[in-house]
Amino acid sequence: MSRVRFLVNGTPTELEVPGMRRLLDVLREDLGLTGTKEGCGEGECGACSVLLDGQVVDSCLVPMSQVDGRIVRTVEGLALAARERGTLDTLQDAFLTFGAAQCGICTPGMLMAARAYLDAGGGPESDAIREAIAGNLCRCTGYQKIVEAIAAVAAGDVG
Amino acid sequence: MTTRTMPRPAVAPDRSAPDALVLRPGAMTRGRAAGYPRRREGPAKLTGAAKYTDDLVFPGAWYGATIRSTEARARLLAVELDPDVDWSGVVVVTAADIPGENLVASIKEDQPVLVPVGGEIRHHSEPVALLAGPDQATVRRLKSRIRLVTEPLPPIFDPEASDHIFAACDIGRGDVEAAFAGADLVLEGEYRVGHQEQLYIENNAMIAVPGEAGEMAVHGSLQCPYYVHRAMKKTLGLTSSQARVVQAETGGGFGGKEEYPSIIALHAALLAKKCGRAVRMIYDRHEDLAATTKRHPAIVRHRTAARTDGTLLAMDIEVVMDGGAYCTLTPVVLSRGALHAGGPYRCPNVRIRARATRTNTPPNGAFRGFGAPQTEFAMETHLNRLADRLGLSPAEIRRRNAYVLGDVTPTGQVLRESVAAIEVLGLAVEASEFERVRAATARAAAERRGSGTVPVSPLRSGAARTASGIGLALAWHGAGFTGSGEVQIGSVAAVELTGDGRVRVLVAATEMGQGTSTIFPIMVSGELGIAAEAVEMAPVDTAFVPDSGPTVASRTAMVVGGLCIEAARRLRAEVEGRNDGRPFSEVYGADAATHGATRIEQHFEPYPGISFDDATYRGDAYPAFGWAACVARVDVDLDTAEVAVRDVVAVDDVGKVIHPILCEGQVEGGTLQAVGYATIEEIKLEDGRYLNDRLATYLIPTALDAPAMMTILVEAPFSGAPHGAKGVGELPMDVGAPAVIAAIHDAVGVWITELPATPERILAALHAQGGDGQAGAAAAADRGRDAE
Repeated sequence: MSRVRFLVNGTPTELEVPGMRRLLDVLREDLGLTGTKEGCGEGECGACSVLLDGQVVDSCLVPMSQVDGRIVRTVEGLALAARERGTLDTLQDAFLTFGAAQCGICTPGMLMAARAYLDAGGGPESDAIREAIAGNLCRCTGYQKIVEAIAAVAAGDVG
Repeated sequence: MTTRTMPRPAVAPDRSAPDALVLRPGAMTRGRAAGYPRRREGPAKLTGAAKYTDDLVFPGAWYGATIRSTEARARLLAVELDPDVDWSGVVVVTAADIPGENLVASIKEDQPVLVPVGGEIRHHSEPVALLAGPDQATVRRLKSRIRLVTEPLPPIFDPEASDHIFAACDIGRGDVEAAFAGADLVLEGEYRVGHQEQLYIENNAMIAVPGEAGEMAVHGSLQCPYYVHRAMKKTLGLTSSQARVVQAETGGGFGGKEEYPSIIALHAALLAKKCGRAVRMIYDRHEDLAATTKRHPAIVRHRTAARTDGTLLAMDIEVVMDGGAYCTLTPVVLSRGALHAGGPYRCPNVRIRARATRTNTPPNGAFRGFGAPQTEFAMETHLNRLADRLGLSPAEIRRRNAYVLGDVTPTGQVLRESVAAIEVLGLAVEASEFERVRAATARAAAERRGSGTVPVSPLRSGAARTASGIGLALAWHGAGFTGSGEVQIGSVAAVELTGDGRVRVLVAATEMGQGTSTIFPIMVSGELGIAAEAVEMAPVDTAFVPDSGPTVASRTAMVVGGLCIEAARRLRAEVEGRNDGRPFSEVYGADAATHGATRIEQHFEPYPGISFDDATYRGDAYPAFGWAACVARVDVDLDTAEVAVRDVVAVDDVGKVIHPILCEGQVEGGTLQAVGYATIEEIKLEDGRYLNDRLATYLIPTALDAPAMMTILVEAPFSGAPHGAKGVGELPMDVGAPAVIAAIHDAVGVWITELPATPERILAALHAQGGDGQAGAAAAADRGRDAE
């Protein structure tokens, strides 16, 4: 067991956990943040994507020993400020408007990959967006509306 | 955001559906969305608040696991628990613990819930025993200490060598042999397709919760609550009220959660019954891939007689499907496959012989399209080869043969209305500039021809690294259940004005991403004259909702939606009738306060004039058909033969578009599944075991593999449904793969007759045609030739 201190969606968190326990399990089971999903458990599908110091990672592949002192952001933290007003943030809103979420199981991970892309200054070009979300599998949408939603946010063409 | 009215230019080609409307894609997509409610459960999904099965918390729940066979066929002699291990803290369930029948309720009921001792193991990964314990580590540790003692039996893997026939059918019209005798041209071909995994991103999951007086509830990821309900009653010996099924948020289904969730629910329930507490049965990806159903592999053989102008004279078609180890829904899959095998084409002489047999692989089952994608891939590829042979454009041969109003299908069904084959074809050809692009790819091929092959490169004959091609396919899809299925199911849906003045829809139709929860309020509110937001959806829980049938066969909007519309009309009439004819919207709150709740149940009534004889395969196989055309453009790498699908134009006639954005989403998602089927999705088997049973090895398209898609929606309404809808879910799955295969031929000159078109198969086809790289390049340049 090791003591791990980290920030989750802005909340300082301190846990006594096995160093090899998966960040995914800590989020879902220990912290009750079930917005992050498990799709394959081996880093192929991206359903468990979260941001670790702003970088998108598969939380099923991240042991807690690597989380100490770092900043974790999940789908629950995507629109903290906006949700207090009872609304979605710009990216979530664009996903809803464009029909980018269907069954929704890939959506939290997809949003986090998109957030990382936009935060890094990504633009509305389709090829760049597709590259940015290539690690996140979606079986429902064909990706078309996901790409359109992200492009609209990148271009400031929302709201 | 500006709101624009939906453009509805009427399109009225000759002889076709004069009542069809066309919704064009493009810039107005967002404007169109503005007029429609957003996905109802969308905010919960987007914030992570939506609860899928694995997100549900039941305090004190145990974790379940399934002990599976490691052989394809064997006699089960014993299930042995390691005597050196303490088993007191867990429960183990075998077939001996089953209180009711050890059969999964389905069509033939041949599949045991657990293989009994003395019984026969019929496939790899077959469930034999169950284990539950208080934590996952214990369960993992003890699972490996349960040993299956078996005696091997010889397995069968070749569906054509199996003499156990699950189902067979014979469809005939005219005199096929006489027509062959008088034909200008006879073309034969054999086409093969393998397994395809549904690959919903949420794995199968069920949680069973026992009650205090013998009741059992399951909460799970599923498409068909009443299938699971029936299975629980049969195997657990429960009454209708003792068994309860609650759908959790469901992360995709595509048919993969149609029949298989029943056995998972039974496993969880058997464990829960034995340990007296809730049990979580959550599959991981490996288990889901290894054990659950796939699309049926098929072999389809065509022999076609035609005139030199492309007119079809006779089609003789043989279909063999591999059912896997148990029957599941195979007879219905085969039936739909056979009924669609001749494609959307007029032909006076047709014979379709189809059978599905048992093999020792995991059972195959429902997957979007349900047999039709297999046979329509064969038909479309065969027709494209015929066009190629005759020097006809793929568009032209279809224009000459596609069904129009009044045509008769192989079952003798007269197509009386809602026929839009010519329309979807024309729109796809026009929007993709098919003939112009096809001429350009032909010029590029001519330029490559004769310029010599680059050393070591199998295909390159110049500076170009890739060859581009364009391909076309056309399809039909029978709307709703096959034959008399809908009459037999007898669905019931309800619309209720509650005592406190709310309007509520009660159906067993599940939301799994396709938009059920959003479109029903649109349909019902439209009839009642109130806002869609004012209509609630009751939770899908068999304790509350009537059996409106399974969420399958693209029947939800058409059949269940139709029932809801009829129920809403009756509700409106009743409420307005007792309120001096004042509009429902003005009086329903006060009416509820005065009269209490009003619940209208609507029972399915057979569509007028539609009848089918399931025994002879004569009559109206479907009440109506949807029509789809697809044009795909590909680039084929001339060094590696890798295929990139660049863009797709998809035109789908769905009868009535309830919500344009959701409808487009169905077309786009289905199209990409078809692109995956055509290019990369493949299951490899060894001794009856799936070799690539992980997501690292079973590949589906990523955003980088997905083409840019343009969707055009067409509305040729079906008069039997009050709103005209014919369904959308499966249509795009039927038509994408043959379009991609045609585009590959256009690029490099070989016909790939077995899916998927992997680089290995493309290179092999080139070598078979030309013998070596040099000849292959020459063959690639010679676009007129056939590969057979």
